[in-house]
Amino acid sequence: MRHKRAAAILIAAVIFAGGPSRAVETITLASTTSVDNSGLLAAILPEFTKETGVSVHVLAQGTGQALATAAHGDADLVLVHDPDAEEKFIAEGHGIDRRQIAWNDFVVLGPRADPAHVAGGSDAVVAFEAIAAAGAPFVSRGDKSGTDALEHRLWHAAAMDPASLGGGSWYRNIGGGMGAALNAASAMNAYTLSDRGTWLSFGNKGDLAVMVEGDPRLLNRYDVILLDPKTHPQAKQQPARGLADWLASPDGQAAIGGYKLNGEQLFHPSAAAPK
Amino acid sequence: MCASDLLAVLETDGLGRIIALSLSVSLSATALATLFGTSLGAVLAIYPVPGRRVLVLIINALLGLPPVVVGLALYLLLSRSGPLGLLALLFTPGAMVIAQALLALPIVAALVYDATAASWMEYGAALQVDGATRMQSIPHLLAITRDRLVTAILAGFGRTISEVGAILIVGGNIADYTRTMTTAIVLETSMGDLSLALGLGFVLIGISIAVSTTIFTLGIKGGRWW
Repeated sequence: MRHKRAAAILIAAVIFAGGPSRAVETITLASTTSVDNSGLLAAILPEFTKETGVSVHVLAQGTGQALATAAHGDADLVLVHDPDAEEKFIAEGHGIDRRQIAWNDFVVLGPRADPAHVAGGSDAVVAFEAIAAAGAPFVSRGDKSGTDALEHRLWHAAAMDPASLGGGSWYRNIGGGMGAALNAASAMNAYTLSDRGTWLSFGNKGDLAVMVEGDPRLLNRYDVILLDPKTHPQAKQQPARGLADWLASPDGQAAIGGYKLNGEQLFHPSAAAPK
Repeated sequence: MCASDLLAVLETDGLGRIIALSLSVSLSATALATLFGTSLGAVLAIYPVPGRRVLVLIINALLGLPPVVVGLALYLLLSRSGPLGLLALLFTPGAMVIAQALLALPIVAALVYDATAASWMEYGAALQVDGATRMQSIPHLLAITRDRLVTAILAGFGRTISEVGAILIVGGNIADYTRTMTTAIVLETSMGDLSLALGLGFVLIGISIAVSTTIFTLGIKGGRWW
């Protein structure tokens, strides 16, 4: 009796877990967190699905993890923002046909009290040097994401290795996503580097504000890359290409440019004129 | 304010669907763990299987199985480049059920073993005198220890409904597909929407209490526990 009941529950639950049947084709997009957490993909992908009948599963993972997921063959295309890691991904034979679809910028955030006196600047490297010199708390992602990679390039440009300088006293490697880093910076009144999209859509800003912006080194490019069918024959090449084409098409570009949060445009379409 | 946020999520992000997925994944995993864990625990308690002490030790040691490690191991197994890649289970609810079932299995098995071993000591001889084989004794012993079996199932369910480390890795937190209450809470926290995250947390606790209470009242002997 008990076993019968358990079996019935099990069968019902497994069927339920399978969810409604999905007649449409489904592809998996491994993306950086910012395009998803900012609400961009949720806003524009339904348009693509409506036009093509292809539904998109978004894995929002950060660039490092997204590229690793795709390299394992567990995604059909990627949308990421770390040019160096992308080139390596392509050189290793995983990706083809990289296309830039949008850009925005990174910003250096910090507490309004601004102990390192960097507010209003437009040189990220000078700001980093001042933060280090002041020993002001700085939150680092430390997760091999695109933002983390840029942060390390900026420290490198300042000829500094903050991890060895600070020993954790002011340089705090939290090993987490952009949201975790923003929550930490907000709680510690620390400086940090963020992409503008995540910053604008973030809900727990606390006392943080934009300190430095406008440095050409803070340019943030979003690229879509397809999987190389030779290395990854299982990837759904045709619908994945359909999505990449749509993102770069006038319709997709208009959708990206049209996405606004609190009246502010978060992403600038750039397929026609890559930055 | 929290309530209106939750209502907004209900409309736009499908809170109902998230709750349904949380429940179906956790209950499926609990059912699987109950099926295999009860069998394993009862058999170990009654049959003098070779290496029984070591097996019982292992099961008890696995009570502290870290979800994130189970998630990672399962990820590598189910990945397209892994040995079970052809099943195409990674980033599906099925993978989440497997992960949570693995986490709940040692809990159910250890608690059932404990209960059955004790009642076998007490009633085993009598059952055998009555002509019952060991296999035939199992249903009787489980009936005798029914209350403790319910506790084992509840402990397993508690592990699965609250778990986030494993399902985040093997499920991927895909909107409308593998997003559960716990992964949604992680997501809302990462987006800095702490009040919404907390509100979802209270909803999750409420659901967990409701389900556990239901299992408890249905399961306890004759439904009379007061």
